[in-house]
Amino acid sequence: MTEKIDITLNGERRAVASGLTLLGLVRSLDLDPRAVVVEHNRAIVRRPALGDVRVAPGDAIELVHFVGGG
Amino acid sequence: MTTAVELVRDTPFTIGARTFHSRLMVGTGKYRDNDSMVRAIEASGAEIVTVAVRRVDLDRTQQAGILHHLDPKKYFLLANTAGCHTAEDAIRYARLAREAGFNEFIKLEVIGDQETLLPDVPGLVDAARTLVKEGFQVLAYTNEDLVAALRLEDAGCAAVMPLASPIGSGLGLLNPYSVRTIKRRLKVPVIVDAGVGTASDACLTMEQGVDGILMNTALAAAQDPVAMAHAMRLAVEAGRAAFLAGRMPRREVALPSSPLEGMLD
Repeated sequence: MTEKIDITLNGERRAVASGLTLLGLVRSLDLDPRAVVVEHNRAIVRRPALGDVRVAPGDAIELVHFVGGG
Repeated sequence: MTTAVELVRDTPFTIGARTFHSRLMVGTGKYRDNDSMVRAIEASGAEIVTVAVRRVDLDRTQQAGILHHLDPKKYFLLANTAGCHTAEDAIRYARLAREAGFNEFIKLEVIGDQETLLPDVPGLVDAARTLVKEGFQVLAYTNEDLVAALRLEDAGCAAVMPLASPIGSGLGLLNPYSVRTIKRRLKVPVIVDAGVGTASDACLTMEQGVDGILMNTALAAAQDPVAMAHAMRLAVEAGRAAFLAGRMPRREVALPSSPLEGMLD
């Protein structure tokens, strides 16, 4: 069984597989990496670097996109 | 087709280094469904369309991203910082928007009061200064206060966006005098944002000489958003044309239109 780590994802606590990169995390959620922006511990990680950053226990990650608004 | 506005030789509508063909800008929030939103935007003739930055719904129970419905090649997407109550939050949202988006424009909102959604002007000015330094073209939503508008222009905003009346209220243009004064005193474009309820509001607003209008709820909450979008397109063009044409002076007494001479005995 894969080891799990706890992170805060979009404000909620979540257990994810350890060793994931941000790109792997986005893909594991069935999201298109081109359609979301990733903020990792308050810093934006640009798309080309998503595969280089590993998720660590306790990380706060936000996945955002555009929705309807005025 | 030659429009009335072309007949009176309008100047281009330019914000920062970009020129736009429509003076009507529309939001994408609160529509009953995406199909009526897409058709309303089409009918409005708008080129600039606003969007908000929010968390992806990981449970997929809420709406999908707006880009599933709007072609970013067809529309100029203007992200906003709606819902932000501090300069710090607004800066964070603006940076995320730039990363998600297609341009360096941001519609800056820093809300100071939840009931009226009136802006926090010191917060706006602080956020604007930082974002301008970072290369953003800042379009700042503000109240209809001349001094606030001047401070935002000084902070380097590409456009200043005074309200007609509170966001989502549909109360129309409450203070034409202030909006006119802001337009007269600022060098950057003045775009009225929020409060327009129906076509006459849009027309009256454009008659003050402002460069454009941004609206959302007036279309989204209309009984028929597509028909209202069409009406708003005509109203914005009519108001602009009337402003350029120059209205007749107001008189307190009547002046006959037909000759007084040649009347029968």
